[in-house]
Formats: sequence, structure tokens, C-alpha cells
Amino acid sequence: MSEGRKWPFYLIVILLALYLIIPLFVTLIYSLATSWSTTILPSGLTLKWYASMFEDPTFINALIRTLLLILVSMAVVLIVMIPTVVIVSMHFPRLEKLFQSIVLLPYAMPGIILASGLLQTYSSLEIPKLILVGGAYFIVVMPYMYQGIRNSLQSVNMIPMIEAAELLGSNQLKIFFSIIIPNIKKGILVSSLLSFSILFGEFTLTNLVVGGNYETIQIYLFRVMQVSGHISSAVVIAYLFVLSLLSLLIILFTNGKKKKQV
Amino acid sequence: MRYTRFKNFLVLLPFIIIFAAVLLIPFIMMAISSFFQDNTSSFSFYNFHLIFTQKFYYIAITNSINLSLFSSIIGSFLGLFVTYAITKLAHQTQNRLLLILNATSNFAGVPLAFAFIILLGNSGFITLMLKYVHIQFNLYTWMGLILVYVYFQLPLAIMLFYPVFNGIDQRWKEAAYLLGASNRRYWLKIVIPYLLPSFFGTLTILFANAMGAYATAYALTGGSFNLMSTRIGALTSGDINVMPNLGSAMALILALTMIIALFINQIILKKLRRDIG
Repeated sequence: MSEGRKWPFYLIVILLALYLIIPLFVTLIYSLATSWSTTILPSGLTLKWYASMFEDPTFINALIRTLLLILVSMAVVLIVMIPTVVIVSMHFPRLEKLFQSIVLLPYAMPGIILASGLLQTYSSLEIPKLILVGGAYFIVVMPYMYQGIRNSLQSVNMIPMIEAAELLGSNQLKIFFSIIIPNIKKGILVSSLLSFSILFGEFTLTNLVVGGNYETIQIYLFRVMQVSGHISSAVVIAYLFVLSLLSLLIILFTNGKKKKQV
Repeated sequence: MRYTRFKNFLVLLPFIIIFAAVLLIPFIMMAISSFFQDNTSSFSFYNFHLIFTQKFYYIAITNSINLSLFSSIIGSFLGLFVTYAITKLAHQTQNRLLLILNATSNFAGVPLAFAFIILLGNSGFITLMLKYVHIQFNLYTWMGLILVYVYFQLPLAIMLFYPVFNGIDQRWKEAAYLLGASNRRYWLKIVIPYLLPSFFGTLTILFANAMGAYATAYALTGGSFNLMSTRIGALTSGDINVMPNLGSAMALILALTMIIALFINQIILKKLRRDIG
């Protein structure tokens, strides 16, 4: 194909890129503008919104709360899911198909349905709402973590190794920590990063189940949005920076793995 | 032997408990309670009757279905053209574009709504520019929502189409031309039938994605635009007028529409396969 005929494709792609980038770009400018409300262009540039974001104790607290909730939920997911996946594929192979479809179910389940089910069932009981959110987080990332665990178990051919260890008399705890974990550590890194970025952007479940009682970064953003546009845009840009960093890491690790396999 | 089997089952227990407590039991409870009127204890179809007869509720359903249908159709068609254009560019450019797409596909919910508010809200950057040429634009209407929804649908559509377009073998074209097919015939008889199943699959995924979207719509309109997801949220978790059973009925209808969409997709796929075979 000649170079001359490629311009329509370039045009389409440039239009797409503009549509996708303009909202991000305007948010970036807004976070750097001294004031920008009635004019087409901002009146001056400043970093003070970023400074006031980091000086705001409610922002720091929201960040800590978010990290705490995500890390604890993900630790529980790993501790529960790794032995489950191993045991099912070793000892209950006939249940594997059923198990797989159950685990992948939440892919298709919108957060709004999960949230209304949880509230319907538990709002009258004296269960801390935070535990419900943690449970919901578990369900949200379960499919991603499952695929990461299963793929890494298969790629290092783990099952015969475990069977050998069992035959030689190792106990289950030892097998878990000295055989399974070291071998799948790298493989579950990517799915953990992906899960982390999904939970970092979670708003629906958190807002409906605990709401303002446990202000995560998303709920903080939603509240600040009604107060100061400039600080909110600084938060959005910082949030996107973290997410881009995470996806860059994910791409880096996935490509690294592919090269090794070849 | 029996003892180890029991021990294995014990390892599975935490998973079974969490799955039952967080997913299975709530879903069953939701389905059951949708057949009970709020604040009463007798079985009835009152909630469903209310939803389908009161305008306030059934408008939420039609609004949601319309918004999801339109945004997924626009997203799928645009995605198809854009992905085709992307695959025609140099490999280096393709990889860079995929990086941008990956970054923007994370950009949804509250942050996305915020970006569109400063871009197109009442004193947004583009709204002001449009005012100079005497065009009024209101983000908090049908058109505004479509624009925002397409924004998060399009990257997803492209990510789903990209591997499909990459699967088109250059040799199909060569073979078709050798057998005397015109360019138009090659597209009609080979490329389009190849793309159709993925097209309908993507359409279904985008539709479900839009039906379940809560954060974007809620952050953008604060619930003032009547949609199923924001209505369920207000009914189950609002401070005033909480009617959890009515909310459950609504959530059940939402789940049903998604299942129906999936079912229609299956029927279309079956028909397509039969036509090709």
C-alpha cells in the first residue's frame, strides 16, 4: 500500500486520540491553573493545588484507608485462593469445571447488584460494614487472582512437585510456604497489580455499603469534587499517575515473562 | 484416606464460606425479598407491579436500556473502524496507541465524570467556547451521558477488536484474489462474516458494561438522571425513602436484562454459525 493512501487511517486515529486525551489534558491544565472559571484560558500556572492536596490531612487519611483496605483484602484473597486452587486441581479434578465457572461469575456481576444483595442481607445485622466491603472486594478480584494463580501453577507444572513432596512426607504448611509460594510468586505479581488497580478505582461498592463512614480515595474525590475543582483535578491527575505506573509495571512484567518463554 | 479427604475439604472451607456469605446468600436473599413489599411480610408481586406501572420506575428501565444500547452500538461501530485504522499503522505506532488505550480504559467512574464536568459542565472549557458561537450544550442530558459513556466504552471495544483484526490472515486476501474475487466481494464474503461473531460479542459486553455502570452516572448527575443503577443505589442505600425490597426487585430486573442480552447473543451466534456452515 502506498504512503499516500494511509492518511485516512492516520486521521481516524488522531481523532480518536484527541477524544481520549482532551479530557485528561484539560484536567491536567485545570490542576495547574491559578483560576480558570469564566475565561477560555487559565489566568496563570501554579503548583499550589498539589501542595494543598498533600497538606490536607483528610486526603492522607483517605489514602491510608484505601491502601489498608485493599492490602488486607488482597492478602485474604491470596491466603484463601491459593490453597483452594491447588486442592481443587489436585484432589477434586471433577469439580474443576464447576469451580471455574463459579469463580469467574463475578466478571459478569455488576457492583450495584452485589451491593444491593449485601445490604439486603446484612444491613439489619450487627456486622461491621467494613467487613462487608472487604468481602465484596474479595469477590471483585477473585476472577483475576484465580486466573493468575492457575496460570502460574500450570506453567511451572506444580502438581507433580506437590505430589512428590507429599509422598516424601512434607506437611501441608511446609508445602505451601516452601514449594508453592516461591514458585508462583512471580506469576501472581501481575494479577495482584491488576487487582490492586481495580480496587484502587472502586467506588460503587464502597459508596453504597459504607459510604462516608470509611472515606476511601474515590469517596474523598467525590466529596471534594463538589467543593474545589482545582484540588479535585490534582487528585485525579495523581490518581491517574499511580494507575499508569501500575499498568506500565503490568505490561513490563507480562512482556518479560513472554520473552523468557520463547 | 477418608481422613485426608476431610482435611482437603477443610482447606476449601474458607473459600466456600466467603463465596456463600458474600455472593450466593445475598443473591438469593435479594431474589426472595423482591417478592415482598417493603414493611410487610406477605408474598406478592407488588414491587414488580409498581415498577412496571409507575412511570418514575419504568422510565429508569427504558432510560438505562436506551443509554446502554446507544452507547454500545456507537462504541462497537466506532471501535470497529478505529481498530481497522490502527492495524493499518506502523507497529511502533500501534504499540504506543495501545498504551494510551490501556491508560484510558482505567479512566472511568468518578474521575471520568469529573474530567467531563470541567470540560463540558455548565462553566466547562468547551461549553464556554461553544457559547461564543451561540451553541448551548448541557452535559447533564441524554447527549451528555452518551458522550461520557462512549468514552469508557470505546477503549474496551478497541481492546476486544484488536486481536480479532490481527487474526485476519493476509493469505485469505491473496487466495480470494487468486480465485478472482473483487475487493468488495472479499470484504462481503470473507472479512465481514469473520468479524460478525466478535462484533455481536463485543456489543453484548459493552451493553452489560453500560447497564451496570453506577459510579460514572452517579458522580455526573448525582442521581438526577433516572437510571436503573442509580435508582437501585438510592432505594437500597439512601438516607431517606429507603425501600430495599423494591431496590432488590429493580436489581433482579437489571440482572435479567443482562441475561436476556447474553441469550440473544447466543441465538445470533448460533444462527451465524449455521449460515456459514
